[in-house]
Amino acid sequence: MDKFQKVISTGVPLPNEDIDTDQIIPARFLKATSREGFGDNLFRDWRYHQDNSPKADFVLNNETYKGEILVAGRNFGCGSSREHAAWSLHDYGFRVVVSSFFADIFKGNALNNGLLPVQVTDDFLSGLTSAIVADPKTEITVDLVNQKISYLGLSETFEVNAYKKECLIHGYDDIDFLINLKSEIEAYETSSIVV
Amino acid sequence: MGKTLFEKVWSAHVVKELDGGMDVLYIDRHLIHEVTSPQAFSELEKRGLSLFRKEKMVATPDHNIPTKNQHLPIKEALSRHQVDTLLANCAKHKVELYGLGHPFQGIVHVIGPELGITLPGRTMVCGDSHTSTHGAFGAIAFGIGTSQVAQVMASQCLLQSRPKTMRITVNGGLKPGVLAKDIILYIIAQLTAAGGTGYFIEYAGSTIESLSMEARMTICNMSIEMGARGGMIAPDQSTFDYIEGREFAPKGEAFDKAVAYWKTLHSDQEAIFDKEYTFDADDIEPMITYGTNPGMGIKITKEVPLSLGKGSQESFNKSLAYMGFKPGESLLGKPINHVFIGSCTNSRIEDLRIVADYVKGKRKAANVTAMIVPGSKQVEQQAISEGLDQILSAAGFELREPGCSACLGMNEDKVPAGEYCVSTSNRNFEGRQGPGARTLLASPLVAAVTAIEGKIVDITKHLN
Ligand code: SF4
Repeated sequence: MDKFQKVISTGVPLPNEDIDTDQIIPARFLKATSREGFGDNLFRDWRYHQDNSPKADFVLNNETYKGEILVAGRNFGCGSSREHAAWSLHDYGFRVVVSSFFADIFKGNALNNGLLPVQVTDDFLSGLTSAIVADPKTEITVDLVNQKISYLGLSETFEVNAYKKECLIHGYDDIDFLINLKSEIEAYETSSIVV
Repeated sequence: MGKTLFEKVWSAHVVKELDGGMDVLYIDRHLIHEVTSPQAFSELEKRGLSLFRKEKMVATPDHNIPTKNQHLPIKEALSRHQVDTLLANCAKHKVELYGLGHPFQGIVHVIGPELGITLPGRTMVCGDSHTSTHGAFGAIAFGIGTSQVAQVMASQCLLQSRPKTMRITVNGGLKPGVLAKDIILYIIAQLTAAGGTGYFIEYAGSTIESLSMEARMTICNMSIEMGARGGMIAPDQSTFDYIEGREFAPKGEAFDKAVAYWKTLHSDQEAIFDKEYTFDADDIEPMITYGTNPGMGIKITKEVPLSLGKGSQESFNKSLAYMGFKPGESLLGKPINHVFIGSCTNSRIEDLRIVADYVKGKRKAANVTAMIVPGSKQVEQQAISEGLDQILSAAGFELREPGCSACLGMNEDKVPAGEYCVSTSNRNFEGRQGPGARTLLASPLVAAVTAIEGKIVDITKHLN
């Protein structure tokens, strides 16, 4: 996993609420057996017509908005457990998703893939979205070490699990941690009461 | 202080508590399928690791398979490759596999319970969010992402923060025509699609206790549609009776010993939940969804609301525009051309019986394409042995072979763009059943009546 400490970038506004994993990456694009290349189909049905021509009014097709930070509406990532949703956002080039509420499984999947979910208040989110729309060049700083997001002199702190934060900063993951617990896991197995 | 059912099962699986509120949680059973496992196997191989406990895994292809002519090679190259990759990985790593044509093949969440793999008190995971289904047996069961699939493969454990607990109590007798699906659609409409986020739900109360295991699975299945990590129901005599004699269930003395333990798995009277809701079964009527998330549900006879209490009007309007509905209008009389009965929510034998019982001696409306897809090979065989296949085909329904089918628009089975489909599945997201498809979630009974009438009706006026 890539190391993550700080991202300074412009943002891409997508203020829809309840953006579900079927919008992020529709099921018919989950047929690959590797992790790469999912960015091409990120938001596929919002981004392209059925004849594969781009939909001009969708934000990813709008040259004005660019950057590594997706600024989305409330309850982002609800629906399926498909990690392909996190892969496709990351593969497209996003490193951060900002929302005022995230679905659980998506949040976990994102953290396992070097994509940082930043949960802010509804007010901060609407302020940030308006600022980007007013000036697409607005610079946003996401500082994981200090758990702070800021733009135009406004800032807010965000929560992140302490263990996950360490993992992101150093670029290591849960497998590294778990396989080192082998003897404790084996001891648990011999004592477990569950059949 | 008393403990909740959830706390009892969770704490029995904590291998180690870490600072910062994370637990190393032991996983008793791991189900895998073709879509979310290949990258996990590759990850393991990349790191030179082997499966830690392969005997605790079971694999089956379900999402990306055709539901017709399963004895023939899969036509679509990418799908075939994905299924072949599962077969190759299972052969290489010696994982128990129920491939196409195997008498145990089916949707992961249907086969786990029917094979006696799902047991009270177990922890179970799968790279699929509807793993919550297995909670109906008093197991802690939840969906995970592919990185976590690899973690469980490598260590049989997961790092998890402990969710908060919620209890949803439903009391009283159900009205005619009201099924488990209506109960859960009603609850989600009350709590919204995000109302359960951060929680693990226990369903309780006299209504829940009176339900069959199949119906309890339908309820727990859709816990994730409120954003909850999972749902569970305390095991009772119905649970034990269902499990007894199943393929992998404990037998004889081991079964008796297990039951004695399972009987301790209930929330203590003094147990405290972080959140509680109580509903009255009398308020629940046949339900249908009108929007693009499962929280957008109404009683079938009621009008589409003018707005959602919470949430932005813009998102609400966008959702209705996608569905082609107007605020304040009634759905009664809307012509429906597609009916899908299937998915891990409603594809068990009881669901097929409900449909067959209603359509017996009737004929589907001419405008309707009605597909009924059993959740597993065992369900299919049972349906045939009961003669349900005859009843269904006489009514003009097509009985397919088992799989996820039109639940997710991944395999060959899709709903055409712009068309309405009354579906017994669990998600009505934009494009879920195919690009542009418009899904209305409902119970198998509502689906059956819709297929016969060719439009949405007040089903209580059509009961046999
Ligand atoms: S039937 Fe639908 S919801 Fe269930 S496992 Fe298959 S795709 Fe997922």
